[in-house]
Amino acid sequence: MHPTVGLWLAVGWIGYAVLPWYGVDGNFFSFFWLGEGYPLNEDVAPALFLVAQGLKLWLSPLVILLLLPLLAWGRHKSDPFFGKLLIVVGAAGLAWVLFQGFGIGLRGWRFDWLTALFGELDDRQFGMGYGALLTACAFLFLFTLGLAARGAVGGDVFVVGSIGFVVAIVALFVFMPILQMLANALLTPDGVYSLSAFLGKFASAKLWSLDCLAGGSRCGVAWNSLFLAVVVGIATTLLGLAFALVATRTGFRFRRVLRALTVLPIITPAFVIGLAVILLFGLSGAFNQIAANAFGIQPTRWVYGLPGLLIAQTLAFTPVAFLVLIGVVEGVSPSMEEAAQTLRAGRWQTFVTVTLPLMRPGLANAFLLGFIESMADFGNPLVLGGNFDVLSTEIFFAIVGAQNDPALAAILAIVLLFFTLAAFYAQRSWLGRRSYTTMSGKGDSGVHARLPAALQYMLYGVVGLWVALTVIVYATIVYASFVTLWGVDQSLTLRHYHQAFDVAWNEFGVHWRGSAWGSFWTTIIIALVSAPLTAAVGLLTAYLLARQNFAGKNAFEFGTMLSFAIPGTVIGVSYVIAFNVPPIELTGTGIILVLSFIFRNMPVGVRAGIASMSQIDRSLDESSLTLGASSWQTFRRIILPLLRPAIVAALVYSFVRAMTAISAIIFLVSGRYDMATSYIVGRVENNEYGVAIAYSTVLIVVMLAVIGLMQLIVGSRRIGRRASGAPGGQTAIAGAG
Amino acid sequence: MTDIRGNAASVTFEHVVKIYPGVSSPAVNDVSFSIEAGKLVTLLGPSGCGKTTTLRMIAGLEMPSSGRVLIGGADVTRLPATERDVSMVFQSYALFPHMTVMENVGYGLKFSGHGKSEAAARARAGLELVGLSGFEERLPSELSGGQQQRVAVARALVLEPQVLLFDEPLSNLDAKLRRQVREEIRDIQTKLGLTVVYVTHDQEEALAVSDRIIVMNKAVIAQDGSPRELYDAPASAFVADFIGEANILSCNVVSVADGRAKVSIGPVTITTPARGHAGGPAKLAVRPNRIMISPAGAKNSLPATVRKATYVGSHMEYMVDTPSGAIFVVSPEVDTVHASGQSIGLQFPAGGPVLVD
Repeated sequence: MHPTVGLWLAVGWIGYAVLPWYGVDGNFFSFFWLGEGYPLNEDVAPALFLVAQGLKLWLSPLVILLLLPLLAWGRHKSDPFFGKLLIVVGAAGLAWVLFQGFGIGLRGWRFDWLTALFGELDDRQFGMGYGALLTACAFLFLFTLGLAARGAVGGDVFVVGSIGFVVAIVALFVFMPILQMLANALLTPDGVYSLSAFLGKFASAKLWSLDCLAGGSRCGVAWNSLFLAVVVGIATTLLGLAFALVATRTGFRFRRVLRALTVLPIITPAFVIGLAVILLFGLSGAFNQIAANAFGIQPTRWVYGLPGLLIAQTLAFTPVAFLVLIGVVEGVSPSMEEAAQTLRAGRWQTFVTVTLPLMRPGLANAFLLGFIESMADFGNPLVLGGNFDVLSTEIFFAIVGAQNDPALAAILAIVLLFFTLAAFYAQRSWLGRRSYTTMSGKGDSGVHARLPAALQYMLYGVVGLWVALTVIVYATIVYASFVTLWGVDQSLTLRHYHQAFDVAWNEFGVHWRGSAWGSFWTTIIIALVSAPLTAAVGLLTAYLLARQNFAGKNAFEFGTMLSFAIPGTVIGVSYVIAFNVPPIELTGTGIILVLSFIFRNMPVGVRAGIASMSQIDRSLDESSLTLGASSWQTFRRIILPLLRPAIVAALVYSFVRAMTAISAIIFLVSGRYDMATSYIVGRVENNEYGVAIAYSTVLIVVMLAVIGLMQLIVGSRRIGRRASGAPGGQTAIAGAG
Repeated sequence: MTDIRGNAASVTFEHVVKIYPGVSSPAVNDVSFSIEAGKLVTLLGPSGCGKTTTLRMIAGLEMPSSGRVLIGGADVTRLPATERDVSMVFQSYALFPHMTVMENVGYGLKFSGHGKSEAAARARAGLELVGLSGFEERLPSELSGGQQQRVAVARALVLEPQVLLFDEPLSNLDAKLRRQVREEIRDIQTKLGLTVVYVTHDQEEALAVSDRIIVMNKAVIAQDGSPRELYDAPASAFVADFIGEANILSCNVVSVADGRAKVSIGPVTITTPARGHAGGPAKLAVRPNRIMISPAGAKNSLPATVRKATYVGSHMEYMVDTPSGAIFVVSPEVDTVHASGQSIGLQFPAGGPVLVD
């Protein structure tokens, strides 16, 4: 028996005959079911016991499929029968598990022909549990093992298995929910699929009206979102470019301060900026009060709506554009600019004709990020949108509000998804096939051209203004968390902190009395659980994309990067729709939060992994392979140790995102698993600004501490473990050649 | 003390074709050869000729599109690199930067079922073989280029592979070190009786180290033979020009008898092995140092005019114009210099010119 076949067969049998096939109530990780009449009780019985008792007979074919691999006994991996058998068994098993999962709905068989075939079912489908999970895994890996034995990807079991695994989870947790959502958009409240109902909702004036152009008061929600996103995209790109230029191309002395300042908004939940904007410019905001006292101008609610959203989102998303653009600005090879100058181009001409065009990919990327972030932003429109409705909040109200219309939410989400995918596609086609690579890998000793003086002063002005505004915003947040009631009672107090984070001691030890502790600890735990999983899935995918060649790799890459263009709001809605019903019932659990974070943040891990893997010479892997290490051993002993910086970056990023995200999880939180951000938004909706701001301040401080800690760890990194201070050990890893 | 032994096996290619996906022309096209156990064979050719692809197919890093690869008589065509008993020294050395010299050399031993102490002893023996005892705890970044190269060799040697592969191992070394390291590689190879396949684009290096050279061009084998055969009797104009320098002259085969051809180059007539040529126009390869300069109008000489004369210390280099085209001549006579514009005669001593395809 081939050992790997034996292993997966054992896993399959444990799933089928030992663990409960269906999901058990309560926590996925608890084992109380052992005392609930296991293994005979119908609710917690393994599939084998169910079938033996004559229940759920459609699970019986799996017995045969789990026995068939034994035919491969004594056969070698290179035997064609071995591979073909495993492919057939794996595919059939997976297909059957999926069929029994999706074929039965809450009201018996889901399709009429199945009812005709098997007769009425007096039972309903339940969510799948450990047993189904393990059995499905076993079939999946038996299938990939068969493919590898037939010579796929050089016959590499680890690589084929990894590809199969990534494809399966992306299909299950990205594509399946999106497809379910699309199907749901056609569903009427009576549970009938109807195209006319879909078209009616889709073409509604609420979405597409152009009244505001014709002098009316409101435009359609879709146009609002699009307009806001385009303006924010352009503004953040220009500001980010200004920052990047100041940080790299001028003699500006406080560049480090600048870099530090741009980190702040990344670790701040986006809507906190919105809160600060309200505190500053709102009806009782500081600026309005000053204007009213000094000039007698009547305070208005002008900031609620488009102006406020523009200010808040630009402030919040400019750092993202900066981080994208600084790499690009630094990456433009100085010799290109020097060449232009020796060809008689002046500073301006060099900048306009060489530097700027070479930054095109960066500019396109920055715009795309700003556009998507703005489209997906949920917190800011919620707190200061006023009458300016956008898609993300409308989606939310369609689900949680009085309407409770999942079909409408799905339609709105489709419109949102359409916009972001169109932007994604437009960016690709704009960049086209032209190469913008200027670094050849050979030493480049040139010096970047100085900017034209006029441009430089203009940039100083813009950046100065932004820095001032950022400082004011953060100072306001911290200060306001100590103010009793902003704009009414400006006396200082610790009341909000007491209310949220009070700690007391009683006979059981520490008593977390503050109202925020529950969501705070949940957030930390969910973030800590999802960060390593996100990094692992992301880096594994990056390894497959950067280091392996296989059929369908382009489609694979597209699939894994797709969730990058899907706004969080859409992920949230699609998860609610897809995972609220069997066979995968996850709503209300912590797992669904973790899953949404993994697939939301995975593309960043993939990008980071690919970027750093391209710095590691391929001959390192190959030499490990020729020395007799398998691809798994190579991955573990050579690639992972050399990828440490990328791992840390992916970990920090996913941790921070899990702490600050709001758009997806606002749909997924439950009473038991409330997250910090949704708790804060809840407080804002109840007008408890003080607690919301105090909580935000605590979050920012916690995140700063985490980032600082990570910086310390990364900073002490050195190739090799000895503190011998090898010079140049930090540079690109080129096989020490 | 553990000894590192040779474990040599033969390598055979049978009609191997490699086509990379998305590329229309094959990288290696119907290549067959057989390498005896214990020999050092060089794959030589210009860049893009398929020599590195061939080497990587021996290693198992690339899989042939069709054809068979045999090592030690066993078919390994579909076996991945991990499962082949082949080690490779990479052009960049590919030392793992996060491991010490000792860990690098012991890396492969970890996966081949050696006990810890035995693996350590072997690694130490390997380092001693390449003269790097005492460097065990260094990191690769703390070694010179030549030392890194030797670590890479030791790391491959300690596995006692059936075949040892070198991918342009000297290209990152400076000229003096290159000569020394190549002698060391050759010494170790003969001492342990290893089968070595060596890729290079440097013809001098190939001539110096090889038992046999396989010259490749445009994805096929151009010629396969000992260094002497390739130099003295190149099969084609390409080989003649690639191995050393050669003048390719148009000539006419007047008659063939007993395997020897009577060939005329303008007014000059010589005899040379026919090598399968029949009568008619043909091409002749002549090494620049196999041409003798004689006074103008000498018997059986090609009239020529000196275009350029260059003094390079050990010899003179002449570019001369003849009715058969420009010819490059190297003359050991540094005392009598033929000035530019001077008329001279060129004579072709027996054994110099070779008929080529």
